[in-house]
Amino acid sequence: MLHFSRLKATTVLFTTFLFCAFAIPNFFPEKTVQSWPKWAQRHLVLGLDLQGGSHILLEVDTNAVRKEKVESLRDDVRRVVRENRLGSPGAATIRGTTVEFRVREGVDAQVALTKLRELSQPLGGILSATGQRTVDVVEAGNGIVRLTPTEPAIVERIRQSVEQSIQIVEKRVNELGTVEPSIQRQGVDRILVQVPGLQDPSRLKELLGKTAKLAFRLVDQTVPIDQALNGNVPAESDLLKSTKAENNQPYLIEKRVVVSGEDLTDAQPGFDQRTTEPIVSFRFNNNGARRFAQITQENVGKPFAIVLDNEVISAPVIREPILGGSGQISGNFTVQAANDLAILLRAGALPAPLTIIEERTVGPGLGQDSIEKGKLASYVGSAMVIIFMFLTYGLFGLFANIAVAINVAMIFGVLSLLNATLTLPGIAGIVLTVGIAVDSNVLIYERIREEVRAGRSPIMAIDAGFTRALATILDSNITTFIAAAVLFFIGTGPVRGFAVTLGIGIITTVFTAFTLTSLIVAMWVRWWRPKTVPI
Amino acid sequence: MRLLRIVPDDTKFDFMRFRRISFPMSALLSIIAVVLYFSHGLNFGIDFVGGTLMEVQSKSGPADLSKMRETVSGLGLGEVQLQQFGAPTDVLLRVAQQPGGEGAQQVAVAKVRQALGDTVEYRRVEVVGPRVSTELLAYGTIGLVVAIIGIQIYLWFRFEWQFALGAMIANVHDIVLTIGFMSIAQIDFDLTSIAALLTILGYSLNDTVVIYDRIRENLRRYKRLSMADLLNSSVNSTLSRSIITHVTVTLALLALLLFGGHAIHSFTATMMFGVVLVGTYTSIFIAAPILIYLGVGLGREPRKEEG
Repeated sequence: MLHFSRLKATTVLFTTFLFCAFAIPNFFPEKTVQSWPKWAQRHLVLGLDLQGGSHILLEVDTNAVRKEKVESLRDDVRRVVRENRLGSPGAATIRGTTVEFRVREGVDAQVALTKLRELSQPLGGILSATGQRTVDVVEAGNGIVRLTPTEPAIVERIRQSVEQSIQIVEKRVNELGTVEPSIQRQGVDRILVQVPGLQDPSRLKELLGKTAKLAFRLVDQTVPIDQALNGNVPAESDLLKSTKAENNQPYLIEKRVVVSGEDLTDAQPGFDQRTTEPIVSFRFNNNGARRFAQITQENVGKPFAIVLDNEVISAPVIREPILGGSGQISGNFTVQAANDLAILLRAGALPAPLTIIEERTVGPGLGQDSIEKGKLASYVGSAMVIIFMFLTYGLFGLFANIAVAINVAMIFGVLSLLNATLTLPGIAGIVLTVGIAVDSNVLIYERIREEVRAGRSPIMAIDAGFTRALATILDSNITTFIAAAVLFFIGTGPVRGFAVTLGIGIITTVFTAFTLTSLIVAMWVRWWRPKTVPI
Repeated sequence: MRLLRIVPDDTKFDFMRFRRISFPMSALLSIIAVVLYFSHGLNFGIDFVGGTLMEVQSKSGPADLSKMRETVSGLGLGEVQLQQFGAPTDVLLRVAQQPGGEGAQQVAVAKVRQALGDTVEYRRVEVVGPRVSTELLAYGTIGLVVAIIGIQIYLWFRFEWQFALGAMIANVHDIVLTIGFMSIAQIDFDLTSIAALLTILGYSLNDTVVIYDRIRENLRRYKRLSMADLLNSSVNSTLSRSIITHVTVTLALLALLLFGGHAIHSFTATMMFGVVLVGTYTSIFIAAPILIYLGVGLGREPRKEEG
């Protein structure tokens, strides 16, 4: 155990030094580090509990996706029915997750079935080899046909929705102008948004909570609003609320969408030149511009509505045809509201609503406090352990202390190498590691004491002490490592940070016990040729 | 320099005789812990039952708790707990989970923020919805079980099954007692508590494994020794190490407890109880002597006669 070839000693020292060196970038300001080569830039990331910021977990409303899938299938069925004169399009109705349609008498049910089967595509395109299709089409007798979107097709649609949602969330969050926001998919239908330094997430939540489906629709004037309120709503119109809470008079709006938000190419906040009121100005793409021009030409003098998520922002009267493909929305906005609406319109609509299911925000004050307390606890804890070890083992205690100091440096090195996140429980994990890392030295030294008492010569005692203790060190650390690994998989945020430092601490502890500690002792033995062991 | 010897060389305590006291005592304490768990219950944090936790700091001197309570209780949010937290300016608010799903929690936070307005600084706001809290509770429980099983499997590979079983009994004993402690001290039971429990598990076992390692070694070496003597000698020869290591861990934990701040206070308090008080005791007075009953070394007797 005490024999180190020159090669082995060099390797041990070099590896140790290398891992410690990875911690170096943490001691320089961010700006300096950025000018270094890429491989040297890896450093610790402070967790949101230390630097302050918001952690928001969103869930995509998969039920909305399912519902939408069935609704669009119904619309497809109606189209096929209309085109092929298979019956009245209105006869296609939704029952739970299925679209049901009764074929008109006199139409061959087999012909209808064949036509409707065309709605079912191979899943994943024509070249897909899975043999799965997008829709199940069955004849239920009596001329009734049932069409159900298949589960794989729905799952695929959910997957796409989540992907799209992530992109849109990214655009919206980036508009906030915060430093290094992180947006990650979590599980099947969740999105984790982490924004460091964000103190009040209200605005972020506001931005994320809106689906932002924009539509330009005409106001239905065929029925007076009073009658509509009494239940006389035409089939092709909706009663919609105003976005403004103080305006409790609803609007009667045609269901047909003239131009939708998808046809917008740009939206910017600004001020109306005459009234100086905050507005959002927008531009359509060619398609949108053409349709908007046509509709405004045909409906001069009539009101149209700008509808966001089924609420009416405003319903101005068309004074003249709008041919230029651009326009402005005014709705008694505050500057902030106009700004937010512009962000939402630029980022586009979410394919399905998002729900906030978890939020954790730490203010910068608390974060700073935690850093300072963590530091103080680390210094005091380390100092006490170091003094105690020196009092107990003297020179060998000093060796142990060197090993522990290097151990901590290596923990920081490995954490930096992994770009790991340091949290307050993570700091606790490091302090705890200091307390426990010396255990490996204690095990070795106690074993040496025993061997000395058993009458062995110093060198024999040291050698035997190391050899016997190392097996125990390995065994006893693996149990804690299993616990840390489990914690890593079940924990989130700060707790995961604890698992990471604890786990890495165990690995570096075992590494230093096997290599560095014995190397130090071996060098001491070689240089001093001790007659007794001073422990 | 004269070195510190906390434990004198060659101690010969008869630890095995203590089992007649320690076993009934542990059984009794475990029963008390279970009774406490069912009568007092655990103070589940929002991680596991959902709801809102806010740490606010008054901007104008010490916080007026009663006035704040008045402000918040008028919001119709059901039970709202207010509690001084560290400095006199700091207050911890806990709003119970609101009925009406995920969105209702967000509405509640917005209401509280509006009511307290700019009079306070929001140092920490945590909102956990019903879905996430149910999952976290499930993950926490599964995590504990998986950890115990994983460690048992490892021990079973490394030692004989009797050792694994002995360690398992000691494990469960530690966890039960620590949960009893958390119940009586009404410590917030949340994800960090699970972290504390898992760490306690790891370290208590660390200790047990050191003693077991020695027992195994001695089983091979001293074939004539009676089992009780062998266990005694193993515990005694590792006693110095046990004590010294516990002093260093205690020192580290003490620093965290005194200077680490409130955010990890319950975490370190739990760990202090579990690692320092229960863990050490268990390894020496439960995990080692229980091996006698589990039949370790039964096959040794015939060999002794041969020799």
